[in-house]
Amino acid sequence: MSATDTGAALPRRKIDIAPALTPLLVAAVAAPFVGSPSTFLTLTVAGLAMGMMIFTMASGLTLVFGLMDVLNFGHGAFISLGAYVATLVLLPLAAWSQADSLGLNLGVVLLALLAAVVVCAAAGLVFERVLIVPVYGQHLKQILVTIGGAIVAEQLLYALFGPQQIPLPLPTAFRGSFIIGEAAIEKYRIVATIVGLIVFAAQILILNRTKIGLLIRAGVENREMVEALGYRIDRLFVGVFMAGSGLAGLGGVLWALYREQVHASMGGELLVLVFIVIIVGGLGSVGGCFTGAVLVALIANYAGFLAPKLALVSNILLMVVVLLWRPRGLYPVSGR
Amino acid sequence: MMILSGDPPRSRALSALLIVVVLALALAPFLFPGAKPLNVAANICIYALLVASYDLLLGYTGIVSFAHVMFFGIGAYGVAIALYGLGPSWGALALGVAAALPVSVALALAIGLFSLRVQTIFFAMVTLAVAYAFNVLASQLSGLTGGEDGRSFQVPFVLRPGFRPFDGAAISGRVLSYYLVFAVCAALFLVLLRIVNSPFGRVLQAIRENPFRAEALGYRIVFHRTLATCLSAAGATAAGALSALWLHYTGPDTALSFSIQVDVLVIVVIGGMGSMYGAVAGAALFILAQNYLQALMGELSSAAAEAGLPILPGLFHPDRWLLWLGVMFILAVYFVPTGIVGRLRGTEDKTR
Repeated sequence: MSATDTGAALPRRKIDIAPALTPLLVAAVAAPFVGSPSTFLTLTVAGLAMGMMIFTMASGLTLVFGLMDVLNFGHGAFISLGAYVATLVLLPLAAWSQADSLGLNLGVVLLALLAAVVVCAAAGLVFERVLIVPVYGQHLKQILVTIGGAIVAEQLLYALFGPQQIPLPLPTAFRGSFIIGEAAIEKYRIVATIVGLIVFAAQILILNRTKIGLLIRAGVENREMVEALGYRIDRLFVGVFMAGSGLAGLGGVLWALYREQVHASMGGELLVLVFIVIIVGGLGSVGGCFTGAVLVALIANYAGFLAPKLALVSNILLMVVVLLWRPRGLYPVSGR
Repeated sequence: MMILSGDPPRSRALSALLIVVVLALALAPFLFPGAKPLNVAANICIYALLVASYDLLLGYTGIVSFAHVMFFGIGAYGVAIALYGLGPSWGALALGVAAALPVSVALALAIGLFSLRVQTIFFAMVTLAVAYAFNVLASQLSGLTGGEDGRSFQVPFVLRPGFRPFDGAAISGRVLSYYLVFAVCAALFLVLLRIVNSPFGRVLQAIRENPFRAEALGYRIVFHRTLATCLSAAGATAAGALSALWLHYTGPDTALSFSIQVDVLVIVVIGGMGSMYGAVAGAALFILAQNYLQALMGELSSAAAEAGLPILPGLFHPDRWLLWLGVMFILAVYFVPTGIVGRLRGTEDKTR
């Protein structure tokens, strides 16, 4: 390898900045329509928090697709599973989460997040081994099997936890809001944003600064080449699948605390948003997924305020506009 | 042979099964008197058409759509809104169908042109998102669609149960209704059979087997895939219109719910992907099971509850019907990918 190192440094890859600026553009366009600056601030923060939560759920799915061409329609089940695991931790430890102490509150939430990630990653391993392995490389069957898996998983959640909604109150320290000027910003939204940013930073660091990350990125670009160099990409894939499922569970907990309730149908509903995000971002791209999530969430919040009936259709419109501009998403992965 | 477009069932057992199903459906009002059996028979007809039109997409063209029920719903809501708004007349019924068909086809065209350009996998995701948004829209525009309550409406007098053309005979408007459903479904099924056996249908199968090769041979695959999407949407719309006419009611649960989409997927796979006859065999089997096995599940559940077993009563509760359906679906995809038709014909799995 040293022969190549002695030569001139490779030219730096150009960073495509235009798509990353679209959320700013959206915010700038929406601002005059929203009017009052305080409402605008509240909506923007709400959008960022929602975007971070959706990014947490979506990033695993997009990598799984990029690496192995597996589109997992059962991803939503992990979101619900994570939320239910959180109820198993938070409800018995209600004394901790309702105590008037930041330490206990934080501890119990971290415990719930950890439990959700571990359980979902384990469930992801089972899901991958039992359902997906037999149908590698067969797109049609993959879609059918994962949708079957999603149905079974959702029904199992109903059978185990009952069909009713389970209320999940926020810990004391995260309730209420900060008042900045006239704008009220819910504390929990800040927490969710921070968690999402940590997840994003960790992913970027792992993908860009470690050998495993290098292999994952190479695998997304060209799987055969990485295999030809002697790496077991299927093992790598199991790891990414587990991590993706764990992140889905983490996102599920964040979302359940945000809504303060848990229901098995939430996974399916969020999966629709997640799909829109990864299509908008470009299948297989983590950066695109991040931009897409922020974009989708900002537009959903502005539209929800300006024209509530259009809120859901606005996501579809966004997808149409983005795909007309860039048919493969904001940050297309080369080789696809 | 002409009427089957030169595509016979090609298996004695399958022919026998289909003849039994078709005869039973044709004579249902006389063989099985009563409201429930007639309802089951009408459902089988409607599902056979719905599933056959879905198979055009999934089995023959090899693309997965989650918006098929949306087109079904457009047909059902078209009829419901027209008959509710304009009163029970044949003109209103025709107007409802005539309005719903272009809406469906235009929507299918838009989705197809838009998402089939890049990757077929986009199509699966985009249809899921669009169908979801459509559901929410349908329940929010309650002025038009009746929201969550849906719309109950009157059908033309000749189709009402009170209409009795012959004194004393068992023939009522309900029976006429049934024969209308049966005849339209049978006719459209034969049309679909004609489509898949036409040169166009052969191109669809070529695209399913190897898109690159089909394109290299000079077929524009986006055009063919999009046209298949539109035809399939039109079929689903017709099925939806018939369903509304049969139920005298259209609501989110009967016309748009995701569980109908799951039913359709399960029937296609169990019946056999890539064969129109699979739709008939699968629909008959599935609807019969749904109507008569679910009760059995309830009994199993209460038996398990009485025996004091844990978890099992929950698993066998009739509401968990979808759970067992999902398990059956996965097993069918793995072990019987050619479905009933493939098994009876004894052919190998060619749909990879």
